[in-house]
Amino acid sequence: MSEIADWTTGTEALLYQRCRSCKSVWYFRRGFCPSCGAADVEALTSKGRGVVHAVTLVCRPATAEARAHVPFTIALVDLAEGFRAMAHGDRDLKIGDNVTLRFEKFIDRLVPFAEKS
Amino acid sequence: MSFITGVGLTSYGRHDGQNTVDLMSRAAEAALADTGLVRRDIDGVLCGYSTTMPHLMLATVFAEHFGLQPAYAHAVQVGGATGLAMAMLAHELVDAGVVRNVLVVAGENRLTGQSRDASVQALAQVGHPDYEVPLGPTIPAYYGLVASRYMHEFGITEQDLAELAVLMRAHAATHPGAQFHDRITVADVMASRAIATPLKLLDCCPVSDGGAAFIVSRDPTSDRRVRVRGCGQAHTHQHITAAPSLTHFGAAPAFARARQASGVGVADLKYAAVYDSFTITLAILLEELGLARRGEACARARHGEFGRDGALPLNTHGGLLSYGHCGSGGALAHLVETQLQMTGRAQNRQVKDASVALLHGDGGVMSSHVSMILERVR
Repeated sequence: MSEIADWTTGTEALLYQRCRSCKSVWYFRRGFCPSCGAADVEALTSKGRGVVHAVTLVCRPATAEARAHVPFTIALVDLAEGFRAMAHGDRDLKIGDNVTLRFEKFIDRLVPFAEKS
Repeated sequence: MSFITGVGLTSYGRHDGQNTVDLMSRAAEAALADTGLVRRDIDGVLCGYSTTMPHLMLATVFAEHFGLQPAYAHAVQVGGATGLAMAMLAHELVDAGVVRNVLVVAGENRLTGQSRDASVQALAQVGHPDYEVPLGPTIPAYYGLVASRYMHEFGITEQDLAELAVLMRAHAATHPGAQFHDRITVADVMASRAIATPLKLLDCCPVSDGGAAFIVSRDPTSDRRVRVRGCGQAHTHQHITAAPSLTHFGAAPAFARARQASGVGVADLKYAAVYDSFTITLAILLEELGLARRGEACARARHGEFGRDGALPLNTHGGLLSYGHCGSGGALAHLVETQLQMTGRAQNRQVKDASVALLHGDGGVMSSHVSMILERVR
């Protein structure tokens, strides 16, 4: 598996993986297919378009650093490519909203941000 | 075959100056006294984990401190499902003839042993370190996501969920060891401050100090015979982003395995002890387990069916929501209360008939599930 250059390492990109053998698609990177075990996996860049599957407005922060940012929205977004990702999002995001993911700074990290499209 | 021969439980809430091992010892001493056994009779020890006393070998730290030299000992970590996972393992070990008397114990000074912020932050780490934790979620946020979808699918309202908080508080009001005794209303729950929508403060269990223990034995030690009939587990994911579904979880398959192992069905149940870290957790689990139809658990609670005098009394000690939640010991209080109910020792909380009971625990974010069925044998 090559170097990962996506939002988790500070690059504005949402990557997912696909198994060249069984065609399974997943989000959390690993060097093999979690469905069939094949090592022949590829990393692909998502276009970032999807639908909100679940959403919450976080009012009580997890850390002192996050206190200045509350309330903020966290959503689970079903991407068109067939995987689900967690993202920040617009304050009024609702289940079923069509969204496009961009990237935003949150505390000291880059995170995906779902904007209504 | 195995029996729950003794139980021990501290109050939950503040225990200033008591550390993890102190609280475990108090609960263990009470459980031992309840069985009539002495330390040298205990040949197995299973314990939970503690966020205020993280250790590679907590079971032997405890065994040494308490004065045990068991033939079998280790800690177990399955988040909130730890208590019932230990109960299941103790049953399997006894049933297989590996040991005769297993002490299962957990405790933690989670409330006074660390700051509230440290506790919230430590728990949030069950999220994925690369793909979830950087977004700043909390445990209530993970469950808030689950709640949003589940409520959307099955038409459950926030007022509906509040019924479960009200019920747990009403039960806790009658238990001297519970963290909260003041009765609350649906309006109180609705007016409590938002934590992670749709969950508000009173939809969430508190952080507590406390300890709980019980002993699983090959042979009954008194005529209070509570037998483990069968258990089952299911583990579908760890992280909520990777959950196969936000409407169907592992509780149903775990209970199906327990039903198969025990031959006991829903219609046979007289008492239920179900994990209730949040009101939504309890609603989903009651429905997954088939104790209510989808979307109807809260309405059944409103109609009194899960009350002390209802068709299926539930968490009569007040559950995690109001008895309290001290970490891996949290849900052990459910088992202690169940054993007391089954043996007619629940005093002013005693239900008419608790002869067959279902216990269910959930760890992570609806990730790990353990079901257990107990039966009073006469």
